[in-house]
Amino acid sequence: MSTVDVQADVQHSAVAERPTVVNDFSFVAATVNGSGSQTANSVLIRAIFKMGIPVNGKNLFPSNISGLPTWYTIRINKDGYIARREGTEIVVAFNKNTAAADLAGLPEGGVCVYADDIPLDRARTDVTYYALPAKELVKQSGADVKLRDYVANMVYVGALAELLGIDRDEIKAALTFHFQGKTKPINLNYGVVEAAAEWVRANNHAPCPFRVEAMAKTTGQIMIDGNTAGALGAVFGGVSLVSWYPITPSTSLVDALNEYLPEFRHDADGAPTYTVVQAEDELAAIGMVMGAGWAGARAMTATSGPGISLMSEFAGLGYFAEIPGVIWDIQRMGPSTGLPTRVSQGDVLSTYFLGHGDTRHVCLLPGTMADCFEFGYLAFDLAERLQTPVFVLSDLDLGMNSWLSEPFTYPQEPMDRGKVLSVEDLKRLGSFQRYADVDGDGIGYRTLPGTDHPAAAYFTRGTGHNANAIYSERPDDWQGNMERLDRKHETARRLVPKPVIDQHAAAKLAILGFGSSDGAIQEARDRLTTQGVATSSLRLRALPLTDEVRDFVAAHERVYVVELNQDGQMYRLLCMEYPELATKFISIAHCDGLPLTARFITEQIQQREG
Amino acid sequence: MATAAKPGDNRKINLIGLERTDYKGNVSTLCAGCGHDSISAQIMTAAFDLSLKPHTIIKMSGIGCSSKSPAYFLSRSHGFNALHGRMPSVVTGATLANRSLEAIAVSGDGDTGSIGFSQYKHLLRRNVPMVYIIENNGVYGLTKGQFSATADQGQKLKYAGLNELPPIDLCAEAILSGCGFVARSFSGDAKQVRELLKAAMSYHGTAVVDIISPCVTFNNHDESTKSYAYGKAHEEPIHDITFIKQYEEITVDYEPGTVQVVKMHDGPTIRLKKLDRDYDPTSKMAALQLLEGAHEKQEFVTGLLYINEGRPTLPELQHLPSTPLAKLSPDQLRPGEDKLREIMATFM
Repeated sequence: MSTVDVQADVQHSAVAERPTVVNDFSFVAATVNGSGSQTANSVLIRAIFKMGIPVNGKNLFPSNISGLPTWYTIRINKDGYIARREGTEIVVAFNKNTAAADLAGLPEGGVCVYADDIPLDRARTDVTYYALPAKELVKQSGADVKLRDYVANMVYVGALAELLGIDRDEIKAALTFHFQGKTKPINLNYGVVEAAAEWVRANNHAPCPFRVEAMAKTTGQIMIDGNTAGALGAVFGGVSLVSWYPITPSTSLVDALNEYLPEFRHDADGAPTYTVVQAEDELAAIGMVMGAGWAGARAMTATSGPGISLMSEFAGLGYFAEIPGVIWDIQRMGPSTGLPTRVSQGDVLSTYFLGHGDTRHVCLLPGTMADCFEFGYLAFDLAERLQTPVFVLSDLDLGMNSWLSEPFTYPQEPMDRGKVLSVEDLKRLGSFQRYADVDGDGIGYRTLPGTDHPAAAYFTRGTGHNANAIYSERPDDWQGNMERLDRKHETARRLVPKPVIDQHAAAKLAILGFGSSDGAIQEARDRLTTQGVATSSLRLRALPLTDEVRDFVAAHERVYVVELNQDGQMYRLLCMEYPELATKFISIAHCDGLPLTARFITEQIQQREG
Repeated sequence: MATAAKPGDNRKINLIGLERTDYKGNVSTLCAGCGHDSISAQIMTAAFDLSLKPHTIIKMSGIGCSSKSPAYFLSRSHGFNALHGRMPSVVTGATLANRSLEAIAVSGDGDTGSIGFSQYKHLLRRNVPMVYIIENNGVYGLTKGQFSATADQGQKLKYAGLNELPPIDLCAEAILSGCGFVARSFSGDAKQVRELLKAAMSYHGTAVVDIISPCVTFNNHDESTKSYAYGKAHEEPIHDITFIKQYEEITVDYEPGTVQVVKMHDGPTIRLKKLDRDYDPTSKMAALQLLEGAHEKQEFVTGLLYINEGRPTLPELQHLPSTPLAKLSPDQLRPGEDKLREIMATFM
């Protein structure tokens, strides 16, 4: 297919020689955007998940409402490797415009399932074909003409269920889940699934060389996307104001907030104890967050790269005026509008330094669904403790694709609302200095507007100010303030989430990564181990870098910094932070809009290690 | 004036026992004679007269000469000198977070009419409860004398030359955006400014008060339409406005047809004494016609241009509870562990 590497990362063997492959293959459904294929794909992945088999789905979709090609890839792996890999063994060719290329992308011994109204040139003899009478099966289902295009995708669900051995009861359960128990659509869709499955069985096709078999590896797990996980984290973090401007791929995070907040956040009278405002742009979105954070509410926004650019001005203000707020950046491809529906980790440097003058922001780097949930509430604790904007750098792959996870753990610590002085505190103290470093951690005490005490008020500004928040152009006031902000950054270094480290005493090499690339990194490490190359790994979970990172780097000869961007942004940041260790770092940066693969990482390291 | 004497003390105090000095701010650093300072003085007087609680007020601004002025009044209120043109979003967030706060914001013609025009319009659409004062001098002062978007066509400035573009009328824009309290005044007309501010501070929703406030340094020359001399010579009040607090009695009788009384949401009234023209400020069309006519005839009309208290405010539209979001307890903020278990079950 046109946007996926043609050379597949799969075993090559002739059709006849191949033993049946069980629970270790990938398939891709090539369909038309807006045709309802997402329902078919989510039903398939859920059914496989409920069969206990490790699985991951990645949606490769165009920036378009309907009519353009879209590919949904499902990887099934008994060993739990569910990162993206190059190529798939099976293609469902349901889009006539891409069918030829989709077929060409199959490896030798692959399987092509297609709708028989697509004029496919079956010239390849190393592929097994299954032509499905999709139109006829849909017609027989009795579906309303308007719904036929939507349910047509259920034909490949039924065919794959029969060919791969996906439990049909699980298909029905997944449809019930998807349609939230609504009988009519469940029966209509399942009718097509059954008809297609029976047709495949009755027409006595060649046995499919790929099968799924039930396992018990996903028992007790959940399947969720990172945007929903992050939204849930925010709900359990007490988010009270959400202001946002629609931008792919962050929109579904706010959609999830809008889904869960009404149920879980209202007072005894049923009034909502939160507010969600769709802003006129990202400037206003973060402006409302800053206003609410200043007034004492937990406030957040969600955006992507272009929105982060617009938020730069307020990020600078929030850093210097010291106002809490949470900004989720679901990263996509840039520069400019880039590829809005493709993934990257391209906002690392711009976000860490977002603003004007000297700014360094706390950035959380989720790499799992559990991280997304945890950082959903932790970001508020850190923002209020540190009195500063906190960024969460997720990405499209984490945010919009379906991932397996253990169920989330309820927050173990009470909420940290930070240093806020009450009326009683002020009565005891008599007065306070907003920007004085009383505790030596760089964090001053603040009061909230509305505090009924004559000494409570102070004046917030982005201009120069002294410890009493009075306008000042004195050099010593400015420098003193900036030095205090440095101390605060050092405090942040101690408070942010620690990296996840897997250190092997014998390993001279290490791989350092973050975010959605972890699955590919861990799979690459296992591949390297089988080739006799031992590695350690470190997955960053936050900026600023914590001391564990330095110790880890110091303990290895070479550290490969793996990331999904063109410039090697984290590599550059590490070199900047640890100049004395900079020669140890080797950048493996890649940016083509697709998630990283284990093969790419393995080959890069092999090449460099000789 | 509703003031009462403290026992044994002849200084004036207001209904909540505060003195005028309790509403003071820091010493102004604006140019001597700046119109903005006289507006600050009227803000302090209005807040004192209305017995507003300083701790419940938030003073908000963007960037510019006008936006510096919140430091010069109400020192016992929290203030936020935000970003250029972005004050509206900050006020929106702050008043949603704590709906018991009373926002008094000061902006300028550059802050509102150019860089912040979008936020201004959207704030008005949302009807964020606040007083939005525009200190309008038609010129950028801090950057030394560029034209702003409210400068009249044909105006000349020493460095900027000739302004060939038509002005943006911030009052007309407010009316078109659904704002229900729109007034224009002149900083040289202290009484009118004060009465309009009191009415604005008592209004239920966004109250826009666009005050022509001469820049004594860059735009106070003879040919300027935003100079003191021009304002004094050309100001045409559409009525004589008096704000009457809820607890004040109306004692003076007027001849029928000479006074219009507008009752406000929480009890106070605005008394509009007819001057040269018949004008009904509750008519949106009349307000727009008045402004358009004033542009054509180069008139400088002032007064309460439009009032309509019908629209719900943003916190009302959001159905927010009376307890401010900023004051919710941890129990109200974090759902219980059982809720998380329930949610997790739906993803299994």
